[in-house]
Amino acid sequence: MAKGKIVAGVLAPHPPHLVYAENPPQNEPKAECGWETLRWAYERLRSSLARIEYDVIIVQSAHWRTNSGTHFLGVPHFKGLSVDPVFPNLFRYTYDLKVDVPLAEAICQKAEAAGLATEMMRNKDYRIDYGAIVSCHMTNPSWDTPIVGISSVGSARYFNMDVLQAQMFKLGQATREAVEASGKRAVLLSSNSLSHRHFTKEPALVEDMSFEHINNHNQYLWDMKMIDLMKRGKSREMIDILTDFTEQASAETDSGALSWMMSAMNFPDYPAEVHGYGTVIGTGNAIVEWSQA
Amino acid sequence: MNPVIKGYVLPGLPHLLLTPEANPGWQKIRSAMDKVRDEIAKSEADVLMIYSTYWPSVIGHQILARPEAEWVHVDEQFHAVGSIPYKIKADRELALTYVEMAKARNLQAREINYHGFPIDTGSVVVSKIVNPDNRIPCVVVSSNVYSDRAETIVLGKAARDALLKQKKKAIAIVVTSLSNRIHDKVTAPQDDKIHSLKDQEWNQKFLEFLGEGRLEDVSQLSRQFHKEARVHKVGNFKPFWWLASVMGQNNLYAGNVMEYQPVYGSGAAVVSLTPSSKAARDLEFDENDPESFPGERNVLGGGEPAAHASLRELEADADIDVGAEIGADEPDDLEVEDDAGAGSNPR
Repeated sequence: MAKGKIVAGVLAPHPPHLVYAENPPQNEPKAECGWETLRWAYERLRSSLARIEYDVIIVQSAHWRTNSGTHFLGVPHFKGLSVDPVFPNLFRYTYDLKVDVPLAEAICQKAEAAGLATEMMRNKDYRIDYGAIVSCHMTNPSWDTPIVGISSVGSARYFNMDVLQAQMFKLGQATREAVEASGKRAVLLSSNSLSHRHFTKEPALVEDMSFEHINNHNQYLWDMKMIDLMKRGKSREMIDILTDFTEQASAETDSGALSWMMSAMNFPDYPAEVHGYGTVIGTGNAIVEWSQA
Repeated sequence: MNPVIKGYVLPGLPHLLLTPEANPGWQKIRSAMDKVRDEIAKSEADVLMIYSTYWPSVIGHQILARPEAEWVHVDEQFHAVGSIPYKIKADRELALTYVEMAKARNLQAREINYHGFPIDTGSVVVSKIVNPDNRIPCVVVSSNVYSDRAETIVLGKAARDALLKQKKKAIAIVVTSLSNRIHDKVTAPQDDKIHSLKDQEWNQKFLEFLGEGRLEDVSQLSRQFHKEARVHKVGNFKPFWWLASVMGQNNLYAGNVMEYQPVYGSGAAVVSLTPSSKAARDLEFDENDPESFPGERNVLGGGEPAAHASLRELEADADIDVGAEIGADEPDDLEVEDDAGAGSNPR
C-alpha cells in the first residue's frame, strides 16, 4: 500500500449565510444573493481542488464543542435535518453524508496514544453540527467524498490558548500519521472564521449587503496580519501569535482547528493561496488553501 | 398582581434524565427534580417561563414559539449516555407577546418556530423531568452570548410585561449549573466530584444566599461568581439577573435548597424560591435598574451608537432627563404594578 498523504489544507469558514446565498436544493430558505466575495472564493477553491485527487475530507468544527476530550464521528452514514441554532432563518439543511470510520478510529487511537483524551461518537441519532456541514458543502457540494468529523475542545476557555495549541499539535501529528498509514489522500478543513465578533442585529433582508462590514477596525487589522503571514508562508510565526490574535480579535481560532491543521501539515513554509476574504455579520472570514499535491 | 408564583433553579445535564442511577448524587438531584415536578403539578401555573443557559444566541434573544416541537435529541458531548425523544409544547401566544414586549423595551428579539430546531439539552432535560406530560405549556428564551446585566434585566422585565399583559401565572425556571467546569476527560460516574475546591466554595456561598431567599443579592453577585466559578465561554453569568428581574427584583422569598451535588464536575443545584411577604435581607443597591436597553455602546468601534447619541441630543436640546424619556417610550398598555406586595421592588 502506498503511503497516504495530506494533499491540501484549507481554512474553510462556516457561516451558514454562504450556503443560504448559494440556494442549494438541500437548504429550505432561499436568498436573492449575498456574500459573493466569499462564495466566489469558495468557487476558486473548488476549481483548485478539482485538479487534485483525494479520498477523504477531514474537518474539525468549531461548532461541535466537547470539553471532555476530542470526539470523532463513528457512524458510517448520517442523514437528517440540520437547523442552525443561531440562524435558523437561514439554514435548515437536509444532509446525507458518509463517514470514513476506519480512518476516524485510526486518528482517535493515535491521538489517545499521544496522551489526548478521545472518544468515538457512536450514537446513530446524533445530528451533525452545522459548522461541519457548511464547510464541507462549500468545499464539495456534491458530497461524493466521505468525511472524518472531529470535534473541537474547550481548552482555550478551560485553560488558555497555549494549552489548547499543545493539544492540537499532538492531534495534528496523530492525524498526519494516521493518514499516512491509511494510504489515503486527505484534504483537511479548518472550519472556523478569523475574527469573530458578530453584530447582534441583522437587517430585515439578511442578504442586504449594504449592512455588511467588519465589526471593528481592530479585528480587520488582526485579520490582515494573519493573512499576510499565510501569504508569506510564515505558518510558524502565525501560530506563535495565535494566542494574541485569538484574544484581541475574539477569533474563532479558539476552536483549535487552525493549529491542528498547521501541525498536521507540519507547519508549511510555502505561501498559501488566499482565495478570498470577506465579512459575515461582522466576523472576518478567509478561504485559504495550502496545497501539498 | 405578582405573575410569578414560584421560581426554580434547575440543572440540565442529560445524566439526570437518562442515567441518574449511575451515581448516588445524580439520583439525589433527580429525586429533588421529581419533587419539583410534583410541586409544579399541584401549582396553578398557566405556563413555565424558562431561561436556558444551554441555549446560546447571537442575534438578540430567541424565544421558542413552536406549539409542539418534536425531535430525538442527542447531546453533542454526552452522546454516549443516550438519545432523548421529546415533545415540548410552547405557549405560542405568550411567546409572541414576549417578543413584542422585548421589542417595546428596545431589545432585539424573535420567535423560533421551525421544524427540527435544535432545542438545547438543558431545556429538553428539564422539560422531560419536571413537566413530563406537557400539562403546562412553556416559553423558553435563549441566553445571548454578548449580553450583560442591563440587557438581561430588561429581558426579564419584558417577560414580566408579557405575563401581566396576558394575565397569566408563571413558574419561572432558570436552567443552569452553578460552577460549570466539567471533567476534561471521560470520567466514570463513581468518580464524580466538584471540579475544584474553589468552585465548591463559591457554589456554597451562592447556595447560602439562595437558601435565605436573597435572590437580589445573588443577582448582584453574578459578575463575581462568573469570574470565580465559571468557564468564560460567554460574556457573563446571566441567569440570576433574568430570574431576579422576572420575579420582581427583591429579596422577598422563602428559599429552599432542595439538593446540591456534582454532575460531571459541575455544580448542580435544585433550588426553589417562593414569594414571601417577609424580606430575607434588607439591603439596598445603587446599581442602575434599566427599563429599556439603549443598545451596544460600540466600545471597540469607538463611535457612539444611535440610541445614545439621539438621547443625548434630546437631553441637550430640551434639558430633559434621558431616563424619563426612555420610560415615556414604553407602550401604553403595559401594566404597572401598584401594590406593595411580593412583586414590588422594595426600593
